[in-house]
Amino acid sequence: MSARAALAAVRAAGERARYNFAYLDERTKRMIRRAILKAVAIPGYQVPFAAREMPLPWGWGTGGMQVTAAVIGPQDVLKVIDQGADDTVNAVNIRRFFERTAGIATTERTAHATVIQTRHRIPETPLAEGQIVVFQVPVPEPMQRLEPRESETRRMHALADYGLMHVKLYEDIARYGRIVTAYDYPVIVNGRYLMAPSPIPKFDNPKLHMSPALMLFGAGREKRIYAVPPYTRVESLGFEDHPFEVQRWQAACALCGSRESFLDEVVTDDRGGRLYVCSDTDWCAARRARADAR
Amino acid sequence: MSEAPILRAAGLAKRFGARLALAEVSLELWEGEVLAVVGESGSGKSTLLACLAGRMAPDAGTVEFRTRHEGWRDVHAMSEAARRLLERTDWGFVHQRPEDGLRMTVSAGANIGERLMALGARRYGWIRAQAAHWLAQVEMDAARLDESPLAFSGGMRQRLQIARNLVTRPRLVFMDEPTSGLDVSVQARLVDLLRGLVRRLSLAAIVVTHDLGVARLLAHRMMVLKDGRVVETGLTDQVLDDPHHPYTQQLVASALAP
Amino acid sequence: MNEPALAIRGLCKSFVLHAQGGVELRVLRDVTLEVRAGECVALEGRSGSGKSTLLKCIYGTYRANAGSIRVLGREVVGAPPRELLALRREALGYVSQFLRAVPRVPALDVVAEPLIERCGESAEALAAARRAAGQLLLRLRVPMRLWEVPPATFSGGEQQRVNIARALLEPRPVLLLDEPTAALDADNRATVVALIGELRRAGAAIVGIFHDARVRDAVATRVFDLERGR
Repeated sequence: MSARAALAAVRAAGERARYNFAYLDERTKRMIRRAILKAVAIPGYQVPFAAREMPLPWGWGTGGMQVTAAVIGPQDVLKVIDQGADDTVNAVNIRRFFERTAGIATTERTAHATVIQTRHRIPETPLAEGQIVVFQVPVPEPMQRLEPRESETRRMHALADYGLMHVKLYEDIARYGRIVTAYDYPVIVNGRYLMAPSPIPKFDNPKLHMSPALMLFGAGREKRIYAVPPYTRVESLGFEDHPFEVQRWQAACALCGSRESFLDEVVTDDRGGRLYVCSDTDWCAARRARADAR
Repeated sequence: MSEAPILRAAGLAKRFGARLALAEVSLELWEGEVLAVVGESGSGKSTLLACLAGRMAPDAGTVEFRTRHEGWRDVHAMSEAARRLLERTDWGFVHQRPEDGLRMTVSAGANIGERLMALGARRYGWIRAQAAHWLAQVEMDAARLDESPLAFSGGMRQRLQIARNLVTRPRLVFMDEPTSGLDVSVQARLVDLLRGLVRRLSLAAIVVTHDLGVARLLAHRMMVLKDGRVVETGLTDQVLDDPHHPYTQQLVASALAP
Repeated sequence: MNEPALAIRGLCKSFVLHAQGGVELRVLRDVTLEVRAGECVALEGRSGSGKSTLLKCIYGTYRANAGSIRVLGREVVGAPPRELLALRREALGYVSQFLRAVPRVPALDVVAEPLIERCGESAEALAAARRAAGQLLLRLRVPMRLWEVPPATFSGGEQQRVNIARALLEPRPVLLLDEPTAALDADNRATVVALIGELRRAGAAIVGIFHDARVRDAVATRVFDLERGR
């Protein structure tokens, strides 16, 4: 071992020693776990919690990171995605944060991960029992834009008074002829609570329904945690004559040929050339690897 | 008109600190009957309306509403969920400022349809047809269904607020100074519209107003409040043409055209 | 049928003017009057003797201090508001001196209103009510071009005819007339006189104030002098 490498190893060990496991102190983690337990017990209900300052700004995933820190253990394998990709700046940084503060293993493979922290997507690879998906949530209250008074929205949740949410969908149809809400599409969890599924595309909404994985949602700035336990009914709102529908594409993924995944549009030149590729990079890479092997 | 009242209040009292806002107010209201509550600012009119409509708990007294299926129910003893259901089915509440009763960020049609959606209506086409129907009932062009209330004049906003309340065919409507924020010419039209709707739909209504002319045109009966107490009641023409109480006489004498 | 349609006994009405230091104006003292079906009683007395006050007491607008007013056996004095409204609807017609019209409501609907109130949302009933109102307006020579116009802009005579039509569209057993012909020309006066006669012969009990002696003589079966009490 060179002197430089030895120095780096010592520095890394020292850094870990300065932090508690997974950055947060144990009391805080217990407090968050209590909130998570309550959230699991009341699917879709927003549980307030005392969100801590994290070493990055509110809105960059502080809620998700606190939930991950509270549930992760030394044996866990963490995957972090942002817009479906493992290699974006935010995903890389959060992954590195937990490598450094918890020393845990990380992966880009959905099937290998035990904890998946995500922003904007649910992986295409079907989730399995025992997996935990942690969502970063900017706005936990689905009715906030329509009813800014929190006292009022809380009362509406208490009374399951959700006509307002259909007002929003009605507005869409009246204005555009169809429901144009494409992200953060509101759902009713377990037949009771209205829930914002975080800004995932509505394409991913069906994956919430009866999922074998545990779904945890953390909003750091708004200080709310909510959950969808495994095998819970999650119903996307709609009208009988304008039912909930997911996005469909004419094209297939230009890289792996997938026709069943969520596609991102990529502009390839300045003459209007464009192609579509999978937003889930792990899914796309795995398909290509399988194709190569054949 | 049916044989029993649909709303009755007994011994209502309310204090705000040292000030007595309401004392010993009792009343009954029958289906299809319009009661005007008149008095100056600070006479307790709005407090009374809030107590009757379940929006403010009185310090003493009861308010009961005869529901369609469960008979008499104490408005202040029922659960909030039950009261909210009542508020969006059998009751209406027309605010003085239409902005307080409307969602200004969604279209006229969505404003009217909200109650229906809250009650579980899930056919867009039907909800929209209902909204168009009620917009026409308040003499507005159905072509404005998708416009925002922000684009409407004060009088149109007030009519929209009324349509939004009537879409579930309530049996009882509370109105708090429904015309006072409007130009005189617009007021006349609105009063006339309300008069027609109340008669056609056989609505019971309690109208709080300081405008005796509005009371004359709209109400069957009147109740005069002063310092939180009822000083006079009777048919509208009795109270306005033969006022007994000194305060009522003063009120009538100082009105422009009661 | 010997029971009088209208029976007034010992009626007193005074007004207390609180703005004038509580001065009490005694307008009606111990008035007793019976009117039977088919009678038309003309009230007499100088100005201020309480003729209009008596009509308004019978209609219930003025609340009597003492005595009794029975219309078809039902008491007016002290009647609860709802009962009084029902009594008016079923038994009492009142033609006031002036028309108090709602802005924006066309003349035809002003006339038809007593019927319209009972139509609910039935379009046929509404059309029938307006047809009946139109026929009466035709007879009273209110030109058709005015039917859809709010009467606020009408001349005094036109307004009065609208007012008469409104009160007579659905004849009530007891009819109160406060100077029904004051603003009318000779032709219209004759029409109204004829209408009143028809109603009386059909069994209405009528009490009226008629300043025009010719009208009074033409319609009244009896004169009641308020100052002398008979």
